[in-house]
Amino acid sequence: MPTFVYMTRCDGCGHCVDICPSDIMHIDTVTRRAYNIEPNMCWECYSCVKACPHQAIDVRGYADFAPLGHSVRVKRDEEKGVIAWRIKFRNGEKDMDLLAPITTKPWGSGTPDLREVEAPSEEQRNSQLLFNEPKYIRFDEGGLHTLESNGLVMKQGVDY
Amino acid sequence: MARYETIIEEDIDILVCGAGLGGTGAAFEARYWGQDKKIVIAEKANIDRSGAVAQGLYAINCYMGTRFGENNPEDHVRYARIDLMGMVREDLLFDMARHVDSTVHQFEEWGLPLMRDPKTGNYQREGRWQIMIHGESYKPIVAEAAKKSADKVFNRICVTHLLMDDAQENRAAGAVGFNVRTGNYHVFKSKAVIVGAGGASNIFKPRSVGEGAGRVWYAPWSSGSAYGLLIGAGAKMTQMENRIVLARFKDGYGPVGAYFLHLKTYTQNGLGEEYESKWWPSLQEIVGKEYLDPEVSHATHRPIPTCLRNHAFIQEVNAGRGPIHMVTMEAFQDPHLEEIGWHNFLGMTVGQAVLWAATDVDPKYENPELTTSEPYVMGSHATGCGAWCSGPEDLSPPEYYWGYNRMTTVAGLFGAGDAVGGTPHAFSSGSFTEGRLAAKAACQYIDDGKAEGIRVSDEQIERRREEVYKPMETYKIYRNEITAGSVNPNYINPRQALDRLQKLMDEYAGGVTVSYMTNEKLLNIGLKKLKLLEEDLEKVAAENIHELLRAWEIKHRHLTSESVVQHTLFRKETRWPGYYYRGDHLKLDDENWHVLTVSRRDPATGEYTMEKAPCYHLTEVDGKADVA
Repeated sequence: MPTFVYMTRCDGCGHCVDICPSDIMHIDTVTRRAYNIEPNMCWECYSCVKACPHQAIDVRGYADFAPLGHSVRVKRDEEKGVIAWRIKFRNGEKDMDLLAPITTKPWGSGTPDLREVEAPSEEQRNSQLLFNEPKYIRFDEGGLHTLESNGLVMKQGVDY
Repeated sequence: MARYETIIEEDIDILVCGAGLGGTGAAFEARYWGQDKKIVIAEKANIDRSGAVAQGLYAINCYMGTRFGENNPEDHVRYARIDLMGMVREDLLFDMARHVDSTVHQFEEWGLPLMRDPKTGNYQREGRWQIMIHGESYKPIVAEAAKKSADKVFNRICVTHLLMDDAQENRAAGAVGFNVRTGNYHVFKSKAVIVGAGGASNIFKPRSVGEGAGRVWYAPWSSGSAYGLLIGAGAKMTQMENRIVLARFKDGYGPVGAYFLHLKTYTQNGLGEEYESKWWPSLQEIVGKEYLDPEVSHATHRPIPTCLRNHAFIQEVNAGRGPIHMVTMEAFQDPHLEEIGWHNFLGMTVGQAVLWAATDVDPKYENPELTTSEPYVMGSHATGCGAWCSGPEDLSPPEYYWGYNRMTTVAGLFGAGDAVGGTPHAFSSGSFTEGRLAAKAACQYIDDGKAEGIRVSDEQIERRREEVYKPMETYKIYRNEITAGSVNPNYINPRQALDRLQKLMDEYAGGVTVSYMTNEKLLNIGLKKLKLLEEDLEKVAAENIHELLRAWEIKHRHLTSESVVQHTLFRKETRWPGYYYRGDHLKLDDENWHVLTVSRRDPATGEYTMEKAPCYHLTEVDGKADVA
């Protein structure tokens, strides 16, 4: 059923409901715990699995092509800036731990507030430049590429 | 439906509908050009994990690397032109390509881990255009930037319609929708609107049955709202026939780009043979030597278009020599490459890792199967469906230019990402860049006084409100006519409507069960059935707010599908064998069809008008044709 929720671990906090891109993690009104209401609209994107503070959510591969008995678990840590995966095969012969960085900055600190930067000049407004350009295109003194600078014209008709 | 409140957000300058990569780019950049402007995001899910990049990405597929002396924008334009068999908007592509590196360099500054080549110190290339990243948190990182720029972010708002100005015809005035948690009706009155919503999965019947229908290639929440909203507002669309079919790992639809380009794996048929080259001579008879010349491709590294490689795959399987395998057993002997192969899935398609773990497929000891997917309708991968948009002043010929970059044919209505037509190969970074371009142009549009005097009548707001909740009203009225269950003579539910749409698109518009084949007769039957479905969609019933979301998604998918069929009918040739075939015109026809197709659906009558627009190509000033 793609994602499912372990009864004994879920406390109904709703983090999964809040993050699911497909709006399919809902709280069951009887058990007061989360569950996947529409497995055939689940992408196995793991957004809810990563968001769950209790590791209560897991994935069982799509029943129409994935046999039972496998496991792909994950722990994502914004503070440490890493994500850790463990893949276990059905036959038990492969058991892999994989680790990857998710950011190079303290979480949330790298993005600018454009209210705070100097406002663009009239000249910039009338140009084709975007924020931080032309500098950020190549980090040199060069300007924006144009048809003229690159010796090009737009020609109507067949071309390959 | 009186119990739901109407919540009106007034005086918005820039409204961003849908904040995937395109929408986040728009919201971010709008703040720079409009520091005093009111910028609002309306997003169907939660912008931290929404859109096609919700799950993450393991590569940025559009990066020029001009800084490292790698490519110039025109090189990328030629690449996209070749891959799409000539049918692209080269002004928009050049514009995206000349700005995209500044986007990527900012991503790195924001904390996105871009891999570096240990030898050169440059970004680690996967292929000519792709750089490798640790992109599990790609979306939350760019969302952070958008959140800092926006005045308000409305998560969980399903935008159903755009608002139109009642004072001046064909001018955008905002949008309406409902909150999928509270059910409340939301009205956004805005001077300009940027549609960053997504393309369409799930409009053609998927290969999977049951649960696996969720493991579509493009996200299941990509409901064609980019097209549903724009078509509904009367914007002109282009290249909607240009659906895409993907050759991917079977069932899990795990990506193959890193496998081909970085791990140097390759394909072979069920007999262990190379199979592509044997199909080139017959394919050459369909498309002509200009579009397929394996010798030139081999000598100059000119890529063979994605669709043509699909064609060889499909023909080989139909000839009885399947399955097609990806030969991984060589590359995976290197533990470093093996690890990359797995990370590649974990970073963007975890379901493929789940599937291999479930089926004990260890690519080190077994070559996994590939398949060709059902078709998808979108505009940022190797295809260019979307709205007919203006290009920038300094690049665009007169037919492509009407004042504001990325503005549709509706005043004040802009697009980014999947919403913009003719701009394939933008991918994540290019879509974000398109959002930035649209945002600057939208600010200019407002500053030029083009949004003065907008009036939205209460009548329009009320009419839309009634429409929005009609599926719940229908359910309430007819539910108790039956004892229980989902079979009711007065309505269908959203899933039933989706099943019908997928079946008819598959059978009449060239899906997998007919090996992507269609013709005029089939398409006309398809149109008739779509019309009947449209009537039944007036009777679609929603038991709750979640089903109301699904009801509006299917309505957007339906509008998208009708446009696809109209365009496919109009283009009387087979331009992209391997994406689809017009059995009654089984050849590429440059004499009549070296043009872009443009449509408009009259919002009042539902009638379609089709036209051809000229195709312009970038050439060097001395006039000689470019061959990359």
